[in-house]
Amino acid sequence: MTVELGLSADQEAIAELFDGFFAKESPVSVARAAEPLGFDRDLWGKVVELGAPGMGSAESAGGGGASLSDLVLVAEAVGRSIAPVPLVDHLAALGVLDDPDLVAGDALAGVAVRPADADGVWRLVPVGAVTDVVVGVDGDDLVAVRSAPPMAAPLNHGSAPLADRSARQGDRRVLGPAAAFQPVLDRWKVLTAASLVGISEAALRMGVEYVMAREQFGVPIGSFQSVQHGLADLPVLIDGGRMLTHKAAWALDRAEPAADDWRLNDIEDGSTLASMAFLFTSEGAAEATHRSLHYHGGYGFSEEYDIQLLYRRARGWSLVLGDPADEHLQLADRLFGPVEA
Amino acid sequence: MDFSLTAENLAYRDRVRAIVAETVTPDVVDRMHTTGTFNSPELNLALARAGLVERAVPGLGKGDPIELYILFNELEKAGAPFDGLAIALMIAGVVQAVGTDEQKQRILPTITSGEALVCMGYSEPDNGSDLANIKTRAVRDGDEWVINGAKMWTTMAHEASWVILLTRTDPELPPRRGLTMFILPMDTPGITVDPVHTMATERTNATYYDDVRVGDEAVLGAVNGGWATMMVALSFERGVMGGTNPGVALLRHFADWAAESGLVESPTCRERLARMAIDNHVATLLTQRSAWIAASGGQAGLEGSITKVFAVEAYQKAARWCQEMAGPAGLLQFHQPGAAAGGFVDYDARHSPVTTIYGGTTEINRNNIAERHLGLPKAR
Repeated sequence: MTVELGLSADQEAIAELFDGFFAKESPVSVARAAEPLGFDRDLWGKVVELGAPGMGSAESAGGGGASLSDLVLVAEAVGRSIAPVPLVDHLAALGVLDDPDLVAGDALAGVAVRPADADGVWRLVPVGAVTDVVVGVDGDDLVAVRSAPPMAAPLNHGSAPLADRSARQGDRRVLGPAAAFQPVLDRWKVLTAASLVGISEAALRMGVEYVMAREQFGVPIGSFQSVQHGLADLPVLIDGGRMLTHKAAWALDRAEPAADDWRLNDIEDGSTLASMAFLFTSEGAAEATHRSLHYHGGYGFSEEYDIQLLYRRARGWSLVLGDPADEHLQLADRLFGPVEA
Repeated sequence: MDFSLTAENLAYRDRVRAIVAETVTPDVVDRMHTTGTFNSPELNLALARAGLVERAVPGLGKGDPIELYILFNELEKAGAPFDGLAIALMIAGVVQAVGTDEQKQRILPTITSGEALVCMGYSEPDNGSDLANIKTRAVRDGDEWVINGAKMWTTMAHEASWVILLTRTDPELPPRRGLTMFILPMDTPGITVDPVHTMATERTNATYYDDVRVGDEAVLGAVNGGWATMMVALSFERGVMGGTNPGVALLRHFADWAAESGLVESPTCRERLARMAIDNHVATLLTQRSAWIAASGGQAGLEGSITKVFAVEAYQKAARWCQEMAGPAGLLQFHQPGAAAGGFVDYDARHSPVTTIYGGTTEINRNNIAERHLGLPKAR
C-alpha cells in the first residue's frame, strides 16, 4: 500500500460511464421538468437498465459488488446533473438491505436520516415520497419498513421528494439494534457529500461560462479581477471536499477499523471522516452555488436560469439531516470526547 | 485511491517524530519565539546526522516527495522552528536541479551536513508580487559580475552562509528575460544585513549589495535564465515544505487550554474546534495531493496555489476565533500569568496575517487559479 491519490483505471471508467450517462439522459432540463416532486420515473428506468441501483450490493445478492469508493463517483455524477432520481439514498440504504427487487431497482429504498418520533413517524424522510422501503431507527431498533409511497411531497426548497413515513405501519422488519444504523448513515453522508461536490462543480462551471459570455462595459465580466477571485475560491472548496469525501469512502471500505488522533491531525476513522466530508461539502456547495448565482446578476435570481435549481438543491440535499451545528457538536464529541454533564 | 502510508513511510515518520521529540524541547520553542529566529541548529544537525537532510533534498537524496511531505508536516504539527531548514532544503533542491557539478560539490555538502543556512533575495523594497520588475543589477566586468541593489524579507540572512539572489542582467530585454539568479556566500564583501522586526517577533531582514563582486561560479542556472530558476524555487515553495498546516498546533494548544479552563463545555467552542479539525484535515489532504503529484512526476503549481489559499485562510479564521473565545486571556503574551494557551493564542493572532502574504500572496494564487484552472483571461 502506498499513497495513491488518483483514480484507478476501473474507477476512471465508472466516472466516465456515469458522467456520460447523466449528461446525456439528465441535462438540467430534466430536473426542471421533474419539479416539484423531484422524481422522474423514466430516468429511474434508465438508471435501472444501467444496473446502478444494485451496483454496491454483494455479488451473491445479485449486485455489482462495487466499493463505496466507486459509488462516490456515481454520486458525484448525480450531483453534477442534479438528476431527479433517489440513487444516492437508494445506494446508501442498500448498505443493509438486499431484497432482490431493491437490488434490481424494481423497488426503491431510502434512508430516514433522523430517528422516528414518539409516534413512530419518520419526519421528512429525504426521498420518502417515492421510495417503497425506508430504513431507519425506531426506538432501540434499526428497522426497514415497506409501504406504499405517497408519491407527493410538501412544496420544499430543493424540490426534493420529502415525506413523512411511518416506522411502524407496513411490512416492518427489525434489522438490528439502533447502533447498526451508523454504517448506513455514514454511507449516506459520504454519498451525499459526493453529490454536493458534483453540484458545486456544476455551479462553478455554469458561473465560468456565464461570466465569459456576459459583457458589461464592453468586456466579459469574467475579465474583472473581483469576479475572477470570487470564482477562484470555489475550486479550493471543491478539491478539498472531494479529497475528504474520497478519504472517508476509503476509510469505510477498509476492513480494519482505525482510530483518530486529532492532536496529530491523524484522522482515520470512517465515521469521523464521513461527518467531516458531509459538513465540509454542505458548506462548500452552499457557497459555490451562491457565488455562481451572484455572478449571474439578476438573471441568476430569475426562475428561467438554471443556477437557481442548483442553489436550492445544495441546501435541500444537506439540510435534511438537521442543523449542521448539531453535526459539528457530534463531531466534537467524537474527536475531543463528550462533555461531562 | 489509497491514503495509507507504506511501512517504509511510517518508519521514516517515526524517525522524524523521535528526532523532533528529542530536539524540539520547550526551551527551543521558547528561544524561537524570544529571538524571532525560526531555526534550530540542534534539530538541523540531528536530522543531518541521521542522514535525513540529504535524503530530503529534492532530486538529490531519496527524492521522495511523500517523505518530504511527512518531514515538514511533522515539523509543522510540532510547532518546531523549521524555517531555516525549509529554505535551505528548497535552495539545495534548486542547486541540485539547475546547478553545475562544481556548484553541487561546493554548496550541497554544507547544507546536507545541517550546518549552512540559505536566505532568499527575491523581493525588493519596491517589488514584492511584481518580481519580474526587480531592479537589483548584476553587471559584467571582465571575468566578474558586480552586483548592486537591495533586497527585502531576506529571512535568515543574519544566520545564513549563502544567499540566492535574483538580479537584472539585461535591462534591454523584456522583464522576465533579463534576469539572472546567483548564489553566493554571505561573507562576500559588500553585503550588509539590517534586521526587520515584525509584529509576531519573527525576525527578517533587509539586505544591501554594494559593488559585490562574484565570478561565473556564482551564476545559478543560465545567464538571463533567472526566471526559470525562480520557477523551480517557487514550485518547491508552493509545494509540500511546510506552511500549509499551521492550524494543527493552534488547535492542540487551544483545545488543551479550553479543557483546562472549562471553555470546552461551551457549544460555540466545541463547534469551532470541530470546524478547525475539519479544516486542518482538508489542508493536510490537499498538501498530500501536491506530494503525490510530485511523486508521480508532475508539478503541483496550481494545486499548490489551491492548497495555500485554503490552508492559510482557514488558519486566520481559526486564530481569530480562538482569540475571541479566549477573551482578555487571549491578549496575553508568552510568559504572562494567565495567558490563554500559554501565549499561543496571542501569538497565532499576531503571526497569522503574514501567511496570506508570504510565499505568494493569496491574490497572486487566485490569479493563478483563475487563469490556469478556470481559463479566465489574464487580469491585472
